[in-house]
Amino acid sequence: MSMMNISLSADPLLTIKNVKQYFPVTAGFLRRQIGTVKAVNGVDFNILPQENLGLVGESGCGKTTLARTILRLYKPTEGEILFKNVDLATLNSSALRALRPKMQMIFQDPQDSLNPRMTVGSIIAEPIDEHRNLGREERSDRVEELLEAVGLDPRYTNRYPHEFSGGQRQRIGIARALSLNPEFIICDEPIAALDVSIQAQVVNLLEDLQEKLGLTYLFISHDLRMIRHISKRVAVMYLGKIVEIGPARELYTRAQHPYTKALLSAVPLHDPGHEAKRERAVLSGDVPSPANPPTGCPFRMRCPVVETRCAISMPEPREVSPNHWASCHLIE
Amino acid sequence: MLPNLTSNVVLSVNNVITRFQTSEGTIHAVNGVSFDVRKGELLGVVGESGCGKTVTMMSLVKLLPMPPGEIVEGSAFFEGHDLIQANVSTLQKIRGGSIGFIFQDPMTSLNPVLTVGYQLTEALRLHKSVSKTMARKRAAELLDLVGIPMAKERLNDYPHQFSGGMRQRVMIAIALSCDPKLLIADEPTTALDVTIQAQILDLIKTVRQELGMAIIWVTHDLSVVANLADRVMVMYSGFVVERADVQKLYSAPKHPYTSALLRSLPEMKGERARRLESIEGQPPDQLQFPNSCPFAPRCAYAFEPCNTKNPLLEFVSEGHEVACWWDMEKNVPRKTA
Repeated sequence: MSMMNISLSADPLLTIKNVKQYFPVTAGFLRRQIGTVKAVNGVDFNILPQENLGLVGESGCGKTTLARTILRLYKPTEGEILFKNVDLATLNSSALRALRPKMQMIFQDPQDSLNPRMTVGSIIAEPIDEHRNLGREERSDRVEELLEAVGLDPRYTNRYPHEFSGGQRQRIGIARALSLNPEFIICDEPIAALDVSIQAQVVNLLEDLQEKLGLTYLFISHDLRMIRHISKRVAVMYLGKIVEIGPARELYTRAQHPYTKALLSAVPLHDPGHEAKRERAVLSGDVPSPANPPTGCPFRMRCPVVETRCAISMPEPREVSPNHWASCHLIE
Repeated sequence: MLPNLTSNVVLSVNNVITRFQTSEGTIHAVNGVSFDVRKGELLGVVGESGCGKTVTMMSLVKLLPMPPGEIVEGSAFFEGHDLIQANVSTLQKIRGGSIGFIFQDPMTSLNPVLTVGYQLTEALRLHKSVSKTMARKRAAELLDLVGIPMAKERLNDYPHQFSGGMRQRVMIAIALSCDPKLLIADEPTTALDVTIQAQILDLIKTVRQELGMAIIWVTHDLSVVANLADRVMVMYSGFVVERADVQKLYSAPKHPYTSALLRSLPEMKGERARRLESIEGQPPDQLQFPNSCPFAPRCAYAFEPCNTKNPLLEFVSEGHEVACWWDMEKNVPRKTA
């Protein structure tokens, strides 16, 4: 099977191969398994060091499950997750623990992901306490340094999360993710819960940090406009599969997969004149349930250009131009 | 404000002031908001969370928890009634009758233990004296109108049997059930995915063409109303800071806040900006009633008068009102400053 990979100019930091994450559906008193939710259903891609790969898709497409599987917060049902050539999928817990500081996550909701009973200082230092043995002095120096790095006043260490605004709380979450000098950060919808005027602040901060610290991001979002801004390469996910992946410029101007085209045309533009002229492909229906995905191409139920062969087999990814892959039968 | 041709105005809101009494003090949520909604018009109300857009709408129909909420002043004329002064029975006739509502979250605004058919016919039976069979027939028509397949069969289904987008369609059908003259939609697509949002926006356009009611569309997303609204009103910290015809507002915003908001959105076309323009700082806490421009601390154009007096909304060109001491186009202070 062909890999939806970028050609290798450097050793990838992360390579995932045919990753699947299934969850059992149980029913009744005996919790008998009556089905399987195929949340992630065979995903391949790689991320180069210091790259920013954007992952877009609608809710329920498996973005967050994939993120959690990559970080081994779930044990994958199948597949390989090579982080610096070590397969996380089969790693035992002590070896995994040693690698954890290198991979961190920034969550969507800064309200839910910070413990309201802990001070900002102890929230940020928690990973340090868990993984490093720092003296009191060193520890508080580090916390102050991190607060400064994310643009917060270092004197805030003894305050509680509720004393901060949404944007500031997201900065605290970012400081926590940075506390162990990670190389790879998964940003899972980090700006979705923020106001428009605050989103730009947080995105700029994430970009500055990436440049300064040489971070590698997997940036998950449903906001195609922000992904275009922040990511050099973008993957589009639908019903547990990557349907298209490629350089951002190329993907936004020459989308190949009908789902990508529909997603792009659904983004409202803040330009009334242009918007009126635009041809829009509005998809009908909803995303099918991953517990009962359609045969063949996962998108065929909503696809405007569906053909009979789409029901028979899953289209293989094809490289339509350098590093631009799409899985659709209609691409010749 | 310009004199209005009253016959053409569906809703006329004047100087609404709403406050909340909290343990920390008085929150000045809405600080004298006035606007008109014309027949068949779609008015977009845009602002960030806490700017008072929802509280304004809730004040009009008194759906605020009171206390802690308190409507200090203002009037809102609709069908010859002042909604702010109206008694409960008048309001009950209007709410869900000639004013329909669509709320943000279709999951929490539908009752999970009642069938969709029941919830659809509830307003009909309350507001129009129709028989049960007639109401069900009308409910099926409404579901059909909002694009739910097999409408008649689905009347017996419960909300959890519908997807998010479908539930929002049901909410729209309920709002439309009594032929409202005015529809108030509060962030109706915020909880939905973009492809579903596109479906709902198309649906609203069709419904509007067919039924011709006026709509107030409240959102935090400037790009959603760009293609939908006739006029847009931008709110900040409980004040209307700019209001204009949609084309004018997007092509030549006159308030630094509107302009900064538009510039902070990444582009979908052309070269990628190296850095997003962000608005530094955050909105004021509203515990103090501002005697200066509430946006001044974050404003790139702020100069001396901005810190001493709050600008009023005034017409600066035809169909374009702004509350700002600085003329961004000419780069000079406004005469009134």
